[in-house]
Amino acid sequence: MAAGPKYPGFDTLALHAGQSPDPATGSRAVPIYQTTSYVFRDSEHAASLFNMERAGHVYSRISNPTVAVLEERVAALEGGVGAIATASGQAALHLAVATLMDAGSHIVASNSLYGGSHNLLGYTLKRFGIETTFVAPGTPENFAKAIRPNTRLLFGETLGNPGLEVLDIPAVSKVAHAAGLPLLVDATFTTPFLMKPFEHGADLLYHSATKFLGGHGIAIGGVLVDSGRFDWEKSGKFPQLTAPYAGFHNMDFEEESGTRAFLLRARREGLRDFGACMAPMTAFQILQGIETLHLRMPRHVENTRKVVQFLAAHPAVEKVVTPELPGHPDHALAKRLLPKGCGAVFTFDIKGGREAGKRFIEALRVFSHLANVGDAKSLVIHPASTTHYRMTDADLAKAGIGAGTVRLSIGLEDAADLVEDLGRALRAAQK
Amino acid sequence: MNFTVDGRQAFAYTAAHDVDAAKPTIVFVHGAGLDHSWWGLQSRYFGYHGRNVLAVDLPGHGRSEGMPLATIGEMADWVLRLLDALKLPKAAVVGHSMGSLVALECAARRPERVERIALLGTAYPMKVGEAFLDAAKRNDQAAYDMETIWGHAPQVPLGGNPNPGMWMYGDTLARLARLAPGVLFNDLNACNSYAGGEAAAAKVKCPVLFILGRRDQMTVPKAGQAFAQMLPGAKVVQIAPSGHSLMAESPDATLDALIEFFRA
Repeated sequence: MAAGPKYPGFDTLALHAGQSPDPATGSRAVPIYQTTSYVFRDSEHAASLFNMERAGHVYSRISNPTVAVLEERVAALEGGVGAIATASGQAALHLAVATLMDAGSHIVASNSLYGGSHNLLGYTLKRFGIETTFVAPGTPENFAKAIRPNTRLLFGETLGNPGLEVLDIPAVSKVAHAAGLPLLVDATFTTPFLMKPFEHGADLLYHSATKFLGGHGIAIGGVLVDSGRFDWEKSGKFPQLTAPYAGFHNMDFEEESGTRAFLLRARREGLRDFGACMAPMTAFQILQGIETLHLRMPRHVENTRKVVQFLAAHPAVEKVVTPELPGHPDHALAKRLLPKGCGAVFTFDIKGGREAGKRFIEALRVFSHLANVGDAKSLVIHPASTTHYRMTDADLAKAGIGAGTVRLSIGLEDAADLVEDLGRALRAAQK
Repeated sequence: MNFTVDGRQAFAYTAAHDVDAAKPTIVFVHGAGLDHSWWGLQSRYFGYHGRNVLAVDLPGHGRSEGMPLATIGEMADWVLRLLDALKLPKAAVVGHSMGSLVALECAARRPERVERIALLGTAYPMKVGEAFLDAAKRNDQAAYDMETIWGHAPQVPLGGNPNPGMWMYGDTLARLARLAPGVLFNDLNACNSYAGGEAAAAKVKCPVLFILGRRDQMTVPKAGQAFAQMLPGAKVVQIAPSGHSLMAESPDATLDALIEFFRA
């Protein structure tokens, strides 16, 4: 093999990609460009910016220099052509869908999804004429069987919710590509540190940057990334990208920009019209998190493994659900696709049902009881007594949740303190 | 827009305008393994400022059919036949890297038809390292990595992209991933084998502009300057922060240099 030049490593990109010291001030840290708009040099410059003859910023709903650093950095870490930062992870999913399809289109999605994504696909988008068929993700053929002539997207999470099913991206992307369709994945739980979905065949991905990318639990945001590898022209199913669009100067996005077609339309139409952009302060805050992503994720995984080991051996625990354990149906797949670990979010079932779950939560001291994951601090929620408290045990079971199911997001504290906290709460729950 | 050259479909981006024989024309010729969209902002500007723009996909690249052409001379003849097909008697030719050699050959072969040439990211001779050629011949990923890394200034992966939200390395790799096997080798081999620079330079009658990236690792500016010495009267613009991918790394400075050249 020929000796070639080398790319910067992940850790270096996490700190540097997307930003060189500010040419105006020399600022080493990413400046927060807290501005809505940008002065044109003259009328000719303004016209050229609007007509996409020159690079630059016009209005911060469309692009902003601080937000652009985050976008480029995440694209670099994922190996994409570029990215668009959005107001939330949900906004990133919506932007992807709205860019690719119209009323009458159809999505095939994993049925193992974050509840918010399930709501968007199963109920809200339906109101706008976009239907979704949900399939069990464990068998890639399920995706193939659900594809219809009007299908425009296959979608799943790298690690599903709540069962932590590992999406077989190589197999599902083959199904998608054989049908001339792209595969979109939600990579929030894995981050580019644990897995780069594009290397396995995914075409588009997004993150809820609120979670591990930020890591600090202080900012809501999303990032949508395009691999640039899907050939929209060859597929022939996406006139949104391959035919002149009256809504943007009759631009044929694919002809205009080739690999950048999807992001071009997503930015020039999606951010312009739907407007779910990210604020510059949010981008700055998420960038602070990304700068230590490569240090935090190994510790998240290390702590998680210690906690899993403790819980799996505890007599008050019925079962622990994580592909880290050999008993999980996707353990072998996880070894292949997630060799660095399966993240820091998992569930376990406590003996004693709802009441035991409530007592357990209320006895915890280090874990915070709240509705989020991916924080540097350890988090916990008991769905049967909180988010799903109206549901009967039978209905909970249908959703894959037990009365005693507890979800943990393991943080960066001393693992011994986490184990001690859980042990005390488990004892309290059994009284 | 699709045209027919030699009985095959040929594509040239026209900035959504019909070709108008009454307007002056600029042909943009891409570099090795690339296509018309590499000129995105610059070709669009001229298309919306009173000129016909033909940002071509050479055969076997982008949307143009056929096998890639093996030599710079064949590529130049193909560009001239495209002008024939469109009944355009004259045009300026702007070329990047391999395309700059094509522009030079066009001006040498048909000086009466070529009004101006702009040569971007260029050197003569345009020698390609043995390891690079060998990897390209085997369609080895290492060749795409070399094209990507050497094709940009060293600071690119650690710096900001003037195109908001885009990652230049990723974009280049995604473009190269779409290439048919053998195309990159064909193009690099055409550059490496081209030996007609002196003879061509002697025949050029039109104004010439060189745009060189001061941090170009592929066609280093020193070599570009030496090339410019072969064309007396040629104007040279060096763009300080840019590497080989001038149109992406310094899109505005590149465009400004072209505007100035075509204004003269």
